[in-house]
Amino acid sequence: MSTVVLLAITGLGLGALYFLVASGLSLIYGLMHVLNFAHGSFLTLGAFLGWMVADRIDATSWLGFAVSMLVGAAIGALVAALTELLLIRPLYERHIEQVLVTVGLSLATVALFEGIWGSDPRFIRGPAWLDETTGIAGARIPNDRFVVIAVAAAALIAILLFLRHTRYGMIIRAGVENRAMVTALGIDVRKSFTLVFTLGGAAAGLGGVLASHYFGYVSPSLGGSLLIFAFIVTVIGGLGSLTGAAVASVLVALLQQFANYYLSGTGDFVIVLALAAVLLVRPTGLMGARA
Amino acid sequence: MSTTPTNGSEPVLVVEHLAAEIDGQQVVEDVSLTVPSRGITAVLGRNGVGKTSTLRGILGLIRRTGSVTLAGERIEKLPTYKIVQRGVGYVPEDREVFAKLTVAENLRLAERTSAPRRELVDALFPDLVARRDQMAGTLSGGQQQMLSLGRALINENVLLVVDEPTKGLAPRIVNEVADALIEAAKTVPILLVEQNLEVVRRLAGDVVVIESGRVVHTGDAVALLDDDDLTTRLLGVHADTDSDTDTTTEVAR
Repeated sequence: MSTVVLLAITGLGLGALYFLVASGLSLIYGLMHVLNFAHGSFLTLGAFLGWMVADRIDATSWLGFAVSMLVGAAIGALVAALTELLLIRPLYERHIEQVLVTVGLSLATVALFEGIWGSDPRFIRGPAWLDETTGIAGARIPNDRFVVIAVAAAALIAILLFLRHTRYGMIIRAGVENRAMVTALGIDVRKSFTLVFTLGGAAAGLGGVLASHYFGYVSPSLGGSLLIFAFIVTVIGGLGSLTGAAVASVLVALLQQFANYYLSGTGDFVIVLALAAVLLVRPTGLMGARA
Repeated sequence: MSTTPTNGSEPVLVVEHLAAEIDGQQVVEDVSLTVPSRGITAVLGRNGVGKTSTLRGILGLIRRTGSVTLAGERIEKLPTYKIVQRGVGYVPEDREVFAKLTVAENLRLAERTSAPRRELVDALFPDLVARRDQMAGTLSGGQQQMLSLGRALINENVLLVVDEPTKGLAPRIVNEVADALIEAAKTVPILLVEQNLEVVRRLAGDVVVIESGRVVHTGDAVALLDDDDLTTRLLGVHADTDSDTDTTTEVAR
């Protein structure tokens, strides 16, 4: 029983990280039809700068931890917005080129991060409480899991509230459904492109800081390794669906954790099988609108 | 009520030598037409001759060449949203309401000014008022058409561009839509694509007939529809019979 609880909560924590990456990917693809391969770089940069700032303040203090999350989200948002404005926008409606630019950016930034911080992982510390465990039904759960889950849940709620209750949120939802019709109502839909990049970048940067605590280190490849699973989550959840991304994040991470434990480390393989199954049975994903 | 005071004789829209393509395929060859500042101008023609593409070309929703002048200003170089901001209400073929937005959200999204005409839309389409919080995707075909019209009428416009508003609707709803268009036309000129010739007879002043992406006839609507030979030759149908069966499939749920 305690093993199941440990696997479930660890899986939820991992799912929370997937969601923070996949939410932006899904919204960006849904609205702009761009698969953003540079999304992992927003995460990695958020993680590194968050770690640096926390280190300056005091990595073991709650203040340092809180500020690192803010910095991670802010730098993710800023870099994502600049990426959209400087690289994606000039290639308006040229989707292949847009995707290639993001691929190039992801390769270049990983090399850049390696140049600055080296390619070896840097092990990080946080407030002592995060390294302790809490007992639930006999399982000893690392406390950082709870923080990751709570922050991701808060991010989900914040993005949902934004989408439901603001005019820009409404434009994004409408644009995911039918972008041409949004412009035919007199709305400059490109403004919302920058916005979804900014939102997605903030979530990814925040995810970077949390991922570095979840795994205990930062490295230039941190974003890339999470991005692969976030892509799978995005496809399974349905491109463009935020709740789909949330549900699929949890499903994929749980499946991965349990398969890794009970099926002798086949978690990644099982995820790919699940992806294939979803693509065969329901190509638009669990909550995707249409092909 | 019109936002720009026209002196009544200036046409609101002048299209000259419009050509348009979709994915490299020429769908409009050479269309020139004029929409007067009053009344309803109907674009007619058989299926697939480029009527919808003409409207989409005017709005910049597809790649086009030629000149388009709206209320005296050249707009053919402008992106769609800027054309619409100059006072065009667009009611597309197949309604294109946002299925996952509520009725109220669909209308709010369309509001371009701080003084939207909500009372007018509510008065025209009382059905929508009761369904404000319903997802637009769950509305019947007729209600979706009302919503699509409501989105165009919520702003004061200099021109409405309306594409096959009665397509696929039950006869009773067709009449309601026609009534709404007549009401709207009292304050704003309308460029209308319509297959139902009875509706055209009720609504239209001028007609423009398109064949293979070119204008082949312009003139008075009733004069055309009264001329059996001409109607048969241009539209392939008899004006008095309900022969446009391919467009009357009920899609209402």
